[in-house]
Amino acid sequence: MSHQTLSTILFLLFVAGTLGITFWASRNTKDATDYYAGGRSFSGVQNGLAIGGDYMSAASFLGIAGIIALSGYDGFLYSIGFLVAWLVALLLVAELMRNSGKFTMADVLAFRMSPRPVRTAAGVSTITVSIFYLLAQMVGAGALVGLLLGVTSPTGKALTIVGVGVLMIVYVVVGGMKGTTWVQIVKAVLLMGGATLVTLLVLGHYGFNLSGLLGEAATQSGKGAAFLEPGLKYGTEAQGLAGKIDLISLGLALVLGTAGLPHILIRFYTVPTAKEARKSVLWGIGIIGTFYLLTLVLGFGAAALVGGKAILAQDKAGNTAAPMLAEAVGKAIFGDVGGTILLAVIAAVAFATILAVVAGLTLASSSSFAHDLYAHVFKRGNVTDKEEILVARISAFVIGAVAIGLGILAQGQNVAFLVALAFAVAASGNLPAILYSLFWKKFNTAGAVSAIYGGLASALILVIFSPVVSGSATALFPGANFAWFPLSNPGIVSIPIGFLAGFIGARLSKEYSAEKYAEIEVRSLTGIGAEKSVSH
Amino acid sequence: MTASQHDSSVYEEIQTDERFQELKRRFRAWAFPMTAAFLAWYLLYVVLSAWGRDFMGTKLFGNINVALIFGLLQFVSTFGIAWAYSRFAEKKLDPLADEIRHEVEGKTE
Repeated sequence: MSHQTLSTILFLLFVAGTLGITFWASRNTKDATDYYAGGRSFSGVQNGLAIGGDYMSAASFLGIAGIIALSGYDGFLYSIGFLVAWLVALLLVAELMRNSGKFTMADVLAFRMSPRPVRTAAGVSTITVSIFYLLAQMVGAGALVGLLLGVTSPTGKALTIVGVGVLMIVYVVVGGMKGTTWVQIVKAVLLMGGATLVTLLVLGHYGFNLSGLLGEAATQSGKGAAFLEPGLKYGTEAQGLAGKIDLISLGLALVLGTAGLPHILIRFYTVPTAKEARKSVLWGIGIIGTFYLLTLVLGFGAAALVGGKAILAQDKAGNTAAPMLAEAVGKAIFGDVGGTILLAVIAAVAFATILAVVAGLTLASSSSFAHDLYAHVFKRGNVTDKEEILVARISAFVIGAVAIGLGILAQGQNVAFLVALAFAVAASGNLPAILYSLFWKKFNTAGAVSAIYGGLASALILVIFSPVVSGSATALFPGANFAWFPLSNPGIVSIPIGFLAGFIGARLSKEYSAEKYAEIEVRSLTGIGAEKSVSH
Repeated sequence: MTASQHDSSVYEEIQTDERFQELKRRFRAWAFPMTAAFLAWYLLYVVLSAWGRDFMGTKLFGNINVALIFGLLQFVSTFGIAWAYSRFAEKKLDPLADEIRHEVEGKTE
């Protein structure tokens, strides 16, 4: 049996299992709290696993392992930003949001403001961030499945994207937050299991001598000691000052973006209390941190055992480094059959990874459309639960269909920058609005709206006029050149703009309610009046 | 019980309560400086990765260099701060928050 057949069988088992769970979850999805927040009945441990499942995208599993395999140490910089970011969520956001919000990020922002303009801004930002992230994952899915299953024709890749999209729509439309959360839990367990297994085999192969493994990776890379130091990919000496500032800019967006990502924020609503929200972030940090330590071994292991040339020959970005490593280490220890089995397992885990993340993104964006834009902006709050859930399901279907279409159109385009852009928008627009809302007495509608639109617009505009869109060989439009902003990552400029816009906007407006500030402050810190969990 | 059952004056009353002010002070006095500290520690790491490459490339033992240890220390500090926060919250924040909440919810139920 070839590894493609085995991968397909394992993946179909995952699909069958998760679809079973989804339909089971749909029977317990009765009202809006069930659909949007899984009845707030998940435990801290379950939600911690789901946080890991939602956050560890193919970009972090395959992407970071690939960057380390090809460019050495620099991939580790990504991991560290992604991890440290969780402290912002733990200390400043998770519990307070759980106590004062209901279903979406906008619930917290609109709490003491004029609801319609704030919900419109938050909804636009949520949908923009989620769609960017979703599109990057969809395009990645097509390329990845092509490589792993040997599907090379454009039609085959398009069909793969349709398949991924249809499954994601089914998870979200049928299972709501309950179904999606279970898919993420199953995926997190499989991903951690698969990554741990390959890591142990690689370390075992080198006699559990990390220094020996690193030395072998450095030698095989042909770059020597520089392979184990920062500077081969980000802020290289050849790029000069702009490259180094770009690295700082990327670091800022990574560390401040996570606590503003809507699909992550809505996870805090799925647990019964703020204490459980805290516990879930602690578990999430443990799982995500462990995972990035494993990725370090996977990346250097791939450099040592597979070698950069072989990886580059399969994929320019190195996305297949981890599956190739699984095959190489399996073969070295257990022979050909072992290699085939391990490759199939890791490939199936990679598909599961993509599915769980795209489902979370579709849920976040469709929830925001239905709850923020439809129910509160268009209908001014005059809707029944039933109508709102129906709209949420329809919008999940529409967003899924749009993502499939765009994913097929963007096949072969270099859209990896969309993930970094999603983090930049989240850090520049959403985070300032959230932090000011929770902690600044004099914050108001004008401040929230200026922070979100200011951060969103500055991040978008700077990226459009950056080298990732035009004016370089690797740009989205390599033939054109309208780039005047020298950095690929806008964060170092757009994050201060977002915070400043929020500050100025709030100071220019006289709106202020002492009563409402007292309410959000007391509720967020004590949990008085917090939304309760439901059980059926 | 939902928020709508409390009128806003209840919240303003709690806000001026000494115990609530103490809860807010304890939370902010821990969370705000700690956030500044871990962000500064992280930025130091990123800045050294950009401009301190000779230092980061210093070999400590075998093929293990400063960059790797510095990176791993970011993991250690993240795990450590998360653990310390949960201990602090359980001991210093939860009892006060629970006390205030139970009192208010007892009154209205």
